[in-house]
Amino acid sequence: MNTPLNTTKFSGKKINLSHGAGGKAMQDLIDEIFVKGFGSPELLLLEDQARFNLSDLAKLGSRLAMTTDSYVVDPLFFPGGDIGKLAVTGTVNDLAVGGAIPLYLTCGMIIEEGFPIDDLQRIVASMRTTADEAGVRIVTGDTKVVPRGAADKLFINTAGVGVITEQTNILASRAQVGDVVIINGFVGDHGAAIVDARGELALEISVETDCQPLNHLIQAMLEVCPDIHCMRDATRGGLATILNEFAVQSGIAIELEHVQIPVREEVRGVCEVLGLDPLYLANEGKLVAVVPEEYLQALLEVMQRYPAGQGSCIIGKIADSPKGKVILNTGFGGKRIIDMLIGEQLPRIC
Amino acid sequence: MKFVDEFRDTEKAQTLTKAMHNIANRLATKQSKPLQIMEFCGGHTHTIFRYGIEQMLPDSIEMVHGPGCPVCVLPMGRVDDCVTLAELPNVIFTTFGDAMRVPGSKKSLLQAKADGADIRMTYSPMDALNLARNNPDKDVIFFGLGFETTMPSTALTVLQAEREGVTNFSLFCNHITTVPTIKAVLDSPDMKLDGFLAPGHVAMVIGERPFDFIAKDYHKPIVVTGFEPLDILHSLWMLLQQIEDGRSQVENQYSRIVDPNGNSPALQAISQVFEIREFFEWRGLGSIDHSGVRMKPAYAAFDAEKKFAVPNLKIADPKSCQCGEVVKGVIKPWDCKIFGTKCNPENPMGALMVSSEGACAAYFNNGYSEQKTA
Repeated sequence: MNTPLNTTKFSGKKINLSHGAGGKAMQDLIDEIFVKGFGSPELLLLEDQARFNLSDLAKLGSRLAMTTDSYVVDPLFFPGGDIGKLAVTGTVNDLAVGGAIPLYLTCGMIIEEGFPIDDLQRIVASMRTTADEAGVRIVTGDTKVVPRGAADKLFINTAGVGVITEQTNILASRAQVGDVVIINGFVGDHGAAIVDARGELALEISVETDCQPLNHLIQAMLEVCPDIHCMRDATRGGLATILNEFAVQSGIAIELEHVQIPVREEVRGVCEVLGLDPLYLANEGKLVAVVPEEYLQALLEVMQRYPAGQGSCIIGKIADSPKGKVILNTGFGGKRIIDMLIGEQLPRIC
Repeated sequence: MKFVDEFRDTEKAQTLTKAMHNIANRLATKQSKPLQIMEFCGGHTHTIFRYGIEQMLPDSIEMVHGPGCPVCVLPMGRVDDCVTLAELPNVIFTTFGDAMRVPGSKKSLLQAKADGADIRMTYSPMDALNLARNNPDKDVIFFGLGFETTMPSTALTVLQAEREGVTNFSLFCNHITTVPTIKAVLDSPDMKLDGFLAPGHVAMVIGERPFDFIAKDYHKPIVVTGFEPLDILHSLWMLLQQIEDGRSQVENQYSRIVDPNGNSPALQAISQVFEIREFFEWRGLGSIDHSGVRMKPAYAAFDAEKKFAVPNLKIADPKSCQCGEVVKGVIKPWDCKIFGTKCNPENPMGALMVSSEGACAAYFNNGYSEQKTA
């Protein structure tokens, strides 16, 4: 993504150890790149912490939600996104799938000496754009610079705070027999885009990451169906992993229909060639929800009105047994169990 | 998706399944035990589990998942050799992905990588050669494994390295051969098999003829089979027809890929670079005569076994493993004493639990672990 950058005194320069040393160089970098880039009033105060009025938070709900995630993706820029966009959406979505309204994020950056400041500025701009889209503010942060080789280019940690309303009670243990499983679109796009962007396989595909904030979509879903039973975003480990978590924690079986699971042709192609399974590929903008069947139509209708939910559909249902298992009807006449991965998905030899 | 969805058509699958049930019903009146049919190749095992094909078959047909998963049958000693090579200073060790997790006597390649060895996953030996070109100050070793399917690409890479004069590329050759292995299975005294699905991609290289002996000498029907689910059903139906007719022939279901005479440039590359070893050690099956290849002396400069000190230690399989009996169809995976308990995909003891293509891992992952106690 090539967002035009404002020219600063850092243009064309690289991060060096003095940018993390606590002195003037660091202060300059923080002022110029982070405070201006993120542009939130809490940061402008330049205090050691961001402060919030509890009474404002209490108007939105009765409970605070808090989460954190670290982002180490390689490469930093990939089709449809970058590490900054990922660092905001990932944390926003971790709050949102619990039913929380995400409000504030922190941003910790660990930067390798020699990192181009133009790239840093581009990543900060991408975080700002994504935060604006999600309606959250980056309110406090931290910058560390480590010697060359002590980190790989740039690592970002974000933590997030949000508020949950009294009536929302989304838990992985609440799936009930008769519920249905829904998803908001194609699975595996992010995983396939990253495999492609690494450039090791000389693939010619045009898949972009699905990296997107889901909070507005989820709030609309909660308005239609306040009693969503389970919801998670299917990131690392993919759809298969999330469904196994639901099955085990709820003590039920999940029956999936292979023909209903949306996978892009290009992603199917990548998986066919490399011997990977799209059900285990990472996503960065896909929610999987277990909901009472009577809400299915209303939910799909409202979800399909949102860009993040255009491809929403049902993919399966909750059954009584075998407890703790995810069963896939293969669409060929047979069934198989979809288990958790043991380690990384490894390509098969032949 | 073109060239994929045609071979996964549900209606055609139903037609074939119905036809198979009809033959099986007629045969059932004449036989006292289920027909045992072996798919030799791990790729077929993968398709059978991925599409739930076993549940679609008549009860009177039992699939026996053969030893054709090259990752599974790697003996521990060979993995130890890989680790030794990978841990040499100044070496980049390259391998196909699914060999990373195979346990050695002390560690797997994945663990060796964590301990600091420079081990990289590649999709093709040409990627390894490329690494060698780009890292002239390092020795790049490619871990060549697989049956005749992967031999040609390895051989051609060695020939390419020779042409270009790349001196920092070598091959740790662990390629294995299909025919002696099938023969070993057939010669086993407890063998009960009634027919074979022959590995389509091996046949693509070596042709149909090398399988003739199975039909002629052992009087077993055999069908060269493709890797899509309809290919498997189609081939099983062809096998059942042979069994009903009392025929034992080599038939080619995978004619869209397999030429009866094989692929002559591929065969030429193989015979130029490789020669048969006297014997090769298999995990689960022991030593089988002539079941592996090594590099010819003319290519010693590219042979990691000549270039480096490879310990070549023999490490016995764990005593409790019954992989050999499972591979021959004598027992089912869950009949093994350690299936799902001491031996599971996280800590595989036996060959067949190692890769997702191994029969035990496939059964375990598909929830058959309960069968043992049921």
